[in-house]
Amino acid sequence: MTNLLNTHKSLRRAIAIGLASLVLATTPALSQDAANKGFEVAAKSDRSDRGFGDSTVILSMVLKNAAGAESTRSMAMTTLELPDESIGDRSLVRFDSPADIEGTSLLSHAQIIDADDQWLFLPALKRVKRISSRNKSGPFVGSEFAFEDITGQELEKYDHVWVREEACGDLMCDVVERKPRYENSGYTRQLVWIDQSDAQFRKIEYYDRKNDLLKTQTFEDYKLYEGKFWRSQLFRMENHQTGKSTVLKFSDYTFNTGLTDRDFVKGVLKRQR
Amino acid sequence: MTSIYRKIGRSVWLTAIGVGAVLASSYAHGADQESIWDQIDISGELASEQRLFFQSARSDEQLDSYQASGFFEPRVRWRSADRKNQLQFVPYVRVDAEDGRRTHADIREAYWRHINGDWEFLAGANRVFWGVTESRHLVNIINQVDGVENIDEEDFLGQPMIQIGKQTDMGRFDAFLMTGFRERTFPGQVGRLRDGRVIETSRARYDSDLEEWRPDVALRYTHYIDELDIGLSLFHGTGREPGAVEDAGTDRLVPLYTIISQAGVDLQYTTDAWLWKFEGIVREGQGDAFGAGVAGVEYTFFQINETDADLGLLVEGLYDGRDDDVFATSLENDVFLGARLTLNDVQDTSALIGFVIDTKDGPGGLRVEAERRLGDSFKLSFEGQMFLENDANNPAAVLQDDSLATLTLSWFF
Repeated sequence: MTNLLNTHKSLRRAIAIGLASLVLATTPALSQDAANKGFEVAAKSDRSDRGFGDSTVILSMVLKNAAGAESTRSMAMTTLELPDESIGDRSLVRFDSPADIEGTSLLSHAQIIDADDQWLFLPALKRVKRISSRNKSGPFVGSEFAFEDITGQELEKYDHVWVREEACGDLMCDVVERKPRYENSGYTRQLVWIDQSDAQFRKIEYYDRKNDLLKTQTFEDYKLYEGKFWRSQLFRMENHQTGKSTVLKFSDYTFNTGLTDRDFVKGVLKRQR
Repeated sequence: MTSIYRKIGRSVWLTAIGVGAVLASSYAHGADQESIWDQIDISGELASEQRLFFQSARSDEQLDSYQASGFFEPRVRWRSADRKNQLQFVPYVRVDAEDGRRTHADIREAYWRHINGDWEFLAGANRVFWGVTESRHLVNIINQVDGVENIDEEDFLGQPMIQIGKQTDMGRFDAFLMTGFRERTFPGQVGRLRDGRVIETSRARYDSDLEEWRPDVALRYTHYIDELDIGLSLFHGTGREPGAVEDAGTDRLVPLYTIISQAGVDLQYTTDAWLWKFEGIVREGQGDAFGAGVAGVEYTFFQINETDADLGLLVEGLYDGRDDDVFATSLENDVFLGARLTLNDVQDTSALIGFVIDTKDGPGGLRVEAERRLGDSFKLSFEGQMFLENDANNPAAVLQDDSLATLTLSWFF
C-alpha cells in the first residue's frame, strides 16, 4: 500500500551508476551481458517516469473470489516525488469505502534501503499509529496485491537479468527476470515484460517461495499524461493457485499540483476526510 | 441532561459562527452556490447493541441480565474547493431500553477547520486522541470519557475548543484553549457496570467557582526521528477524571472535579515487527502529586502458518503512584497481556484478547473483542468482558458481578 504509485514506476529510479557497477562486480562473467541488459531495460522504464512532481489519483479495487463473488474498495492517493534520490517518495492513501473503514488513511515515507516509515490514522478513535512495515508479502486490504507488489517497484530493490525478447500484443517486449534483494519477500523471482517502444511494464509473473507460478499481473489501458508520463489505467492481478483475482482501476489523475513534503507529515492524517 | 443540552446549544452556536464565516467568505469570492452543496458529504453509523450479563445484579434496582440499546452517529462534512476550509458535524444519540442515563445525546464534533500553509486553526467541538499504549490511555486528556458507552474508556464526549497548530521542521506544535467542561457520564440506578452507590451527576462539585466555565489550556508537541515517535503534552485546567465523594444526607456519591496540572510524554520506537511503547504522566491537583506510566511492547508474527493472518502479542506494565481514596484507580501495579489476530481477509476479520493481572490482588479482568464486516456496509462486533477482581479493597471489585457479553450490529452509510 505504501506507494501505490510506485507501481507506476515513480520510484523506480536509477541509482544507476552505483548499481550497475555493483552488478558488474558481483555477477559471474558469463551472465554479465544479460545482467547489464536486464538492468538497462528496467532502468530505462524507471527513468521514463521522472519529474512528475506530485500526483493525485482515485482508485477503485474489485476483489473477486474463486466463486466469482465481488467486493469493492475505493481510495484516493496522493504521491510526492522527492528530488533527492536517496530518499524514497511519500504517499498518502485515504480509504473511502467500504463505509466502515471510511477515513482510514495511511501515510508512507518510502526508504531505499531501510524499512519504510508508515503511520495509520484510525478514525474511530481519531488515533494516529506508527505501524511496522515489515510485512512485505501480506495481502493489501484483502486483495491479491501483496504490499511488495505495490511498494517494491524501486529499481535497486532487485537483481535483473535479461531473458529474451518476444511479442506482447501489438508491441515487442523485453522479458527481464528480477529477484528481490530485500528481506521477507514472498517471491523467489518475477518475470517482467517491458515494451520496447515506450519502456512501460505490460505484464509481471510472480513466482512464490517454492518457485511455482503464483500470480500474473497485467497492465492495461495505458494513457499518456502531460505528454510524458505513461499511466496504466487498469491493473489486473490473477492468482493461479487460489483462483482469486483483483482489478485495480485508476482515474482522475492530476500532476504537479504544488504539494510539498509538509503535505505528507503525520499531522495531516487526521484532516484527510 | 440539562447541561448536555446547554453544551449542544453552545456547540451549534460555535459551528454557526464557523459556517457563517466560511459561507460569507465564499460569497465574497463569488463562489458558485451549487459547488458548495456538491462538496457536502453525509455518512455515518446506525447500530443495534445487545448486552447480556452473566450474573444477577448486586442490587434489586439494577437490571438483571439483558440490556438492549441502539445508537446513531451521522457525519456531515463540507470542504471548500481549495481544501482550506472544512466543516464537520457529528451528532450522536443512544437510546437504551433500560437505563435512562444511558439514553443520551451528544455533539461529538461540530467544528470549522481552517488550513493555511503550515498553520491550522480549529474552532468548535472536537475529539482529540493522544498516546500509543493499548491497555490504558494515560496521556490522552482533552476529551471527557462518555462513561455510559462502554467500560473501556474509549468513547469520548465532544469538547468545545479553539485549537491552533503549526507544523515546523522540528515537529508540530498545537495549543488548545477550552471551556465548557464536560462532566463524565455514569450509569443510572437501573444500570450495571457501576459502583454500589449511584453517582449523582446533577450535583457535581468543582474546585473552581466558575465550575464548567473555567478555561483549560493544553499544549502538544509531536515529532518523529527515524524509528522514534515522540509526543509531549501539558495540561492545566479541570481534570477530566472525577473523584467520588459522599453526598451528604443521601446514599449516593457525587463527582468531584478539581483543577489539575499534568505533564505527559508518549514514545514509540518502531523497528522490524517490534513496537516499543511508553506513556508517562506527572499530575498535580488530585491529592498529592503523583506519577503514572505504562510501558510495553507489541510484536507481530506476519502470515502465520503460511496463511494471510497476522498475530500480534502485547505485554504492557502499568504503574500508578496516586495515593488518594477520592481519586482511586485499580491500575496501580498491573500487567496487561494481549493477543491480536488479524485475518487480512476481504471482510477484515479481527479478534483481540486482553488480560489484566494486578501484581498484588491477582487477576483483574479478561476482555475478548472480535469483529467482521458483513457484505459491504454492515459490521458485526462482539465483546466479552470478565471482571475477575474480588479483593474488596481494589476499586475494580465493584464490577465483579457485572461480567457481560455485548453484540453489536452496525450499518454504515
